[in-house]
Amino acid sequence: MESKKITDKKKLKLAIGLGSTCSGCDIAILDLGVKLLELIGLADIVFWPTVFDFKYSDLKELGDKEIDITLHHGTIRTTEHEEIARILRKKSKVLIAFGSCSCFGGIPGLCNLTDKKQIFDAVYGENLSVANKENIFPEEKLLINKNKSITLPHLFDTGKTLKQLVEVDYFIPGCPPPMQLIEGLIPLMKDVLGGAQLPEKGTVFGSKKTLCDECTLKKENKMISKIVNPVTAIVDPERCLLEQGILCMGPVTRGGCEARCINVLMPCRGCMGPGPETEDQGVKMISAIASILGVKDEENLTDQQIEDLLSGIKDIVGTFYRFTLPDALLNRKVKERR
Amino acid sequence: MNRIGVFICHCGLNIAGTVDVKKVAKLVSDYSEVVYATDYMYMCSDPGQDMIKEMVKEKKLDGVVVAACSPTMHETTFRNTIASVGLNPYRGEIANIREQCSWVHQNTKEIATEKAVKIIEAIIEKLKLDKPLVPLSVPVTKRALVIGGGIAGIQASLDIADSGYEVILVEKNQSIGGHMLQLSETFPTLDCPQCIATPKMVQVGQHPKIKLLAFSEVEEVSGYVGNFKVKIRRKASFVDWDKCTGCGFCMEKCPAKVPSEFNEFLSKRKAIYTLFPQAVPNKPVIDSNNCLYFTKGKCRVCEKNCSLKAINFEQKDSFVEENVGAIIVATGYDLMNKAEVGEYGYGKYKDVIDGLQLERLLAPAGPTEGIPYRPSDGKIPKEVVFIQCVGSRDPEHYYPYCSKICCMYTVKQAMIYKHAVPDGQAYVFYMDIRCNGKGYEEFLQRGIEEDRILYLRGRVSKIFKDGDKIRVWGADTLTGRKIEISADLVVLAMAMVPSKGAKKLAEKLRLTTDDYGFLTEAHPKLRPVESLTAGYFLAGAAQAPKDIPETVAQASGAASKVDSLFSKDELYHEPIIANVDEEVCVGCGICEVLCPYEAIEIDEQDKVAKINPALCEGCGTCCAACPSGALELEGFRRKQILSMIKVFAEV
Ligand SMILES: Cc1cc2nc3c(=O)[nH]c(=O)nc-3n(C[C@H](O)[C@H](O)[C@H](O)COP(=O)(O)OP(=O)(O)OC[C@H]3O[C@@H](n4cnc5c(N)ncnc54)[C@H](O)[C@@H]3O)c2cc1C
Ligand code: SF4
Ligand code: SF4
Ligand code: SF4
Ligand code: SF4
Ligand code: SF4
Repeated sequence: MESKKITDKKKLKLAIGLGSTCSGCDIAILDLGVKLLELIGLADIVFWPTVFDFKYSDLKELGDKEIDITLHHGTIRTTEHEEIARILRKKSKVLIAFGSCSCFGGIPGLCNLTDKKQIFDAVYGENLSVANKENIFPEEKLLINKNKSITLPHLFDTGKTLKQLVEVDYFIPGCPPPMQLIEGLIPLMKDVLGGAQLPEKGTVFGSKKTLCDECTLKKENKMISKIVNPVTAIVDPERCLLEQGILCMGPVTRGGCEARCINVLMPCRGCMGPGPETEDQGVKMISAIASILGVKDEENLTDQQIEDLLSGIKDIVGTFYRFTLPDALLNRKVKERR
Repeated sequence: MNRIGVFICHCGLNIAGTVDVKKVAKLVSDYSEVVYATDYMYMCSDPGQDMIKEMVKEKKLDGVVVAACSPTMHETTFRNTIASVGLNPYRGEIANIREQCSWVHQNTKEIATEKAVKIIEAIIEKLKLDKPLVPLSVPVTKRALVIGGGIAGIQASLDIADSGYEVILVEKNQSIGGHMLQLSETFPTLDCPQCIATPKMVQVGQHPKIKLLAFSEVEEVSGYVGNFKVKIRRKASFVDWDKCTGCGFCMEKCPAKVPSEFNEFLSKRKAIYTLFPQAVPNKPVIDSNNCLYFTKGKCRVCEKNCSLKAINFEQKDSFVEENVGAIIVATGYDLMNKAEVGEYGYGKYKDVIDGLQLERLLAPAGPTEGIPYRPSDGKIPKEVVFIQCVGSRDPEHYYPYCSKICCMYTVKQAMIYKHAVPDGQAYVFYMDIRCNGKGYEEFLQRGIEEDRILYLRGRVSKIFKDGDKIRVWGADTLTGRKIEISADLVVLAMAMVPSKGAKKLAEKLRLTTDDYGFLTEAHPKLRPVESLTAGYFLAGAAQAPKDIPETVAQASGAASKVDSLFSKDELYHEPIIANVDEEVCVGCGICEVLCPYEAIEIDEQDKVAKINPALCEGCGTCCAACPSGALELEGFRRKQILSMIKVFAEV
């Protein structure tokens, strides 16, 4: 094996594996720039299909726990994703869910609002741009010739997070994870190399507080009287967006991104996932909004006025669960009513 | 591992009639960490409680679930039960399988049984995570504040002071007494209210334990039961009450004449005035809106007439602060705002008056010395029409409630009128007559038989002036006849409403009121003199329309509640309160504004929320709202709630 040849005894073995992903996470790692050289100085890369020409067979040849650190990104959507995730777990000492998809399901996790059949019907049938008179749908088993067939991975109805499948040691959230968190890998790798005490299992990289803590906008009073659209609203660039009626997920989202969206006056979408003391990011935000929206004049509101207030929230799941639907308490749409 | 015991109550047939309790006991006994489960006829009975105690000892239980009625009924009972055998009381939980199960599923017994099992299992999950808790103890300041010096406030102050505790009585007027002092005679005995009330007023004035702050209002209250801090505004009276002896010379010579509020605008008072001769304290105040010196810059006659140099035109409002442990609110009532009544010519015709005005006309010490000369021309009215339920029991226009006392005072007034004008005739238009009190019905019958009061069942449709008469058109629904009376005087029994400013005060004190502004009691049947906020008690018409006997009874009730509060040196506060995880809190301030008890403050320095445990009532509002998850309600931590939800979600 190529990688074996250049292995220095003092170097770690690093793998980067994936599920359903946009590969933004790979780009984020490459974006490390100079730090990437430092990283490569500490570890040999034994698996990273996006960037190098690795095959699954390379992975399978490695011994159990031979990989020191694995970064896994992407949602688990297919049997292939599942298989790779399980292999990576077996072969790795430290398995890290990297990026919001692997941590909480991420954007692909919104698939839990539908199922395989609905997706296939849309993509291969109903979409206006599709011409499929013969009604041909992808099949898992494909006959190449009389003697040979290949099997495509099976697409699950439900997207899953990495930890719903295997034990995960650490989580690095973000869509993609912010640079300063990825850089945190370097001290971690040094600790692994030096045999130092590692962080507690289950540690999530990022702040111990929610985003509002690091957001520098002026906070005055969080009671809001209506919800406004961030695109059409005239935004006061100094003042907390939520206080201006813009649905900002900052209050329920783990800090650590240094408020990169807020800094360009876009409300937080919640990609860093729930804060450290929150089980379900969306529910937490819903109950916070329910507590502060229109409370000033609460007793005098008519049902219609309450409905009008709530109609400011255009897409409930897309707003409150954009990155965490598979990780939520109610994590998918009912498939079939009993 | 917990060692949990589950005790399932039949509640006679209340539960067992619907839920298969034997089956529930059997199923639950297999649940994880349950070491004993049984059922019994009445868990709250002595043998039921003894059974729990025995089993705690025998099976070495460390947590107990009683599946029975709502925790609001017997939670305390069973917590005390297990505490008596050495268990931490907060390791006892109630699974409500009555109100939330058997009573609502009477027709579907199987579902009810299944649901009872789920409810119990969920509570077991909660119990598994229940920490043993210790109540907080807070010291008690053994002084009471009474707000409002009507008969309710007077009675409550005297009762508390007689038990040996200090009382601060705050009255907004310059004298205590309230509406009772305006009355002519009182039903059902027709005794003189001044004769029975003024001795009590004097006692208040003289009592060494009562500090009377008249012409004062509560400005601000902070703190919590046992430890309130009260800021009181002493309104400028422009008379130095320390120097003033109440001689009254100042009033005699004052040239400004103003309609008298105490006499319900039927006579004039001076700009410097006391409410009535027996006032306590008997000190005048200057009404700066009407005083010639204040309005025109000239006069100061009163100053010249006061040999003690007590008049002080420079006086300003001042403030005093007092620490008290309990507060009684006795701010009384007013009659419905005159401007509100559109019909009946009230405000338009001088001879259409309200009940309190007639009280003043009939009062021996009133402006007409008890002879009801009518306001317009001073004639003695020969035909008087009383109209009941004006504004009351009229949900479409005014108030849906019954003012409760007007039926009675109308009989009374008609009677006293007849005693003053024996050849006069009193008519009463009524919807129905409500005279349900001791001696009340007899009183009514006396009025009808001896004083020949004519009761007409029906409403008045029109009132208009006809010469010096007032024509009243109405209907007698019992005979179906149209009625027309040429009256000399019309008296409206107007609805009683909370006193002016009571709503504002309630907001200041964080007390809840009903839709009309009457203070809400903690429980309409079982806790009628307490408010929902610990440390506040209610007395008199501020809570609901009521007559004097009822007012006095409630005042004594409130006073004895205060006495029992003061009988302890320390108060125990439920440990079911919110806690902040300062590592997680970002100081967003949502909790601070939402807490209905103002228990939370954002620490400006640390930028985190701080909870005053003695103020927190454990309502959980903040915990639901806190977006960061920094807040947890002890006994209802997220882990507990989630594990309960998981039981129910599992199918
Ligand atoms: C026409 C009429 C006739 C009646 N006849 C009878 C009868 O014959 N027999 C009978 O039993 N009952 C009778 N009643 C009822 C009786 O008046 C009440 O039951 C009684 O006065 C209630 O006493 P209270 O102390 O609760 O209120 P109130 O008498 O209203 O006293 C409240 C006191 O609180 C003060 N106050 C108000 N707000 C504040 C504040 N914010 N700060 C400080 N002080 C404040 C007021 O100035 C007042 O002194 C009659 C009522 C009416 C209207
Ligand atoms: S809600 Fe959004 S804008 Fe407001 S303080 Fe939090 S992160 Fe900043
Ligand atoms: S502000 Fe929110 S959405 Fe934006 S990067 Fe940070 S966590 Fe993600
Ligand atoms: S007490 Fe009598 S008059 Fe007064 S509102 Fe009730 S029913 Fe009407
Ligand atoms: S709501 Fe939560 S995060 Fe906000 S100040 Fe209160 S405890 Fe802190
Ligand atoms: S639980 Fe209720 S009373 Fe206690 S601090 Fe929170 S909001 Fe206030």
